[in-house]
Amino acid sequence: MRSGPDRAVLRDVAAIGAAMVAVGASFGAMAVAAGLPLWAPVVMSILVYAGGAQFMAVGLVAAGSPVAAVLAGLLLNARHLPFGLTLGGTMGGRLWQRLLGSHLMTDETTAFTLARPAGPARRRAFWIAATLLFLAWNLGTVIGVLAGGALGDPAAFGLDAAFPAGLLALLLSSLRDRDTRRVALVGAALAVLTTPFLPAGLPVLLALGGLLVLFLPGRSTDPPTDAGPTAGGSTAAGPAGGGAVGVGSAAGARAARPEGAPC
Amino acid sequence: MLIAVILALAAGTFGLRLTGVLLRDRLDLPEWSRRLLPVGAAALLAALAATAALTEAAQFAGYARPAGVLAGVLLAWRRAPFVLVVVAAAGVTALLRLLGVP
Repeated sequence: MRSGPDRAVLRDVAAIGAAMVAVGASFGAMAVAAGLPLWAPVVMSILVYAGGAQFMAVGLVAAGSPVAAVLAGLLLNARHLPFGLTLGGTMGGRLWQRLLGSHLMTDETTAFTLARPAGPARRRAFWIAATLLFLAWNLGTVIGVLAGGALGDPAAFGLDAAFPAGLLALLLSSLRDRDTRRVALVGAALAVLTTPFLPAGLPVLLALGGLLVLFLPGRSTDPPTDAGPTAGGSTAAGPAGGGAVGVGSAAGARAARPEGAPC
Repeated sequence: MLIAVILALAAGTFGLRLTGVLLRDRLDLPEWSRRLLPVGAAALLAALAATAALTEAAQFAGYARPAGVLAGVLLAWRRAPFVLVVVAAAGVTALLRLLGVP
């Protein structure tokens, strides 16, 4: 009963993982072409492990602005703090799980995890996505460093469209919740509209401002009403077997579900 | 110099990630605010997807990429398998670029 959904997660993660190998390769090739020593992109992919910040840092280092490379990269990665707040209870209670899980937490891992119902299934989804995507990104980087310019431009293969489409597909189940949908729409609009004017990373953080719509006056219910433990009852539909990130599903369903209960 | 940049970026990024994870236990958040966390994460991911779909270096990314993303989202909406969503998004974008669409 458990292997089915897990296999679905594995298959879905593999799809994004394949795209990640290709983009990792383009990162490795780009870093070497920018004049960095061969070890630099490989070490970056292992230790930093944040694609957007890595591309940005290499660009700024090559342009001779090392301090800006660090600051801009950290601003871009600030979103991982709220991701950590959300996933903190999912990776497991042991210290090594927290430390390793923190390092392996990315946008895609977060999306795959939250697309699963809270509980053991969600924890397994986190570790499947975390492990596979880390391996994919680093494998890609090494390939790119070795192959250099022999690889084509990933844009020619449309890979830049694969990631946003995958993220949105994973989000669809949580967007069925009305409150989540409104917050996400306002947040996404804020981010897109401010992108031309603000440094990279800040617009996405501004999306948290979308939460304010939950506090607008005139709503019949007070903010964060409990939508019920929707995640547990959802059937396997949609990407990664469905599930919901609806209001209340994470905290509510976890509280209601004894550890180790079948999903 | 380069190694210092890499280590600073790595330490800072790990610090941001770990801070969130550890704060979850340390902060005694009231129940209603804990319920906002997954909603906030969904907003961040939606914003990330929207900016990645529409913009490149703070400018409009052109038509091929959002068209591919839209194709993928429509398939996901019709409950197509995730793999198909990803492949279709990339495929439509690649095809449009092949045809000369920016």
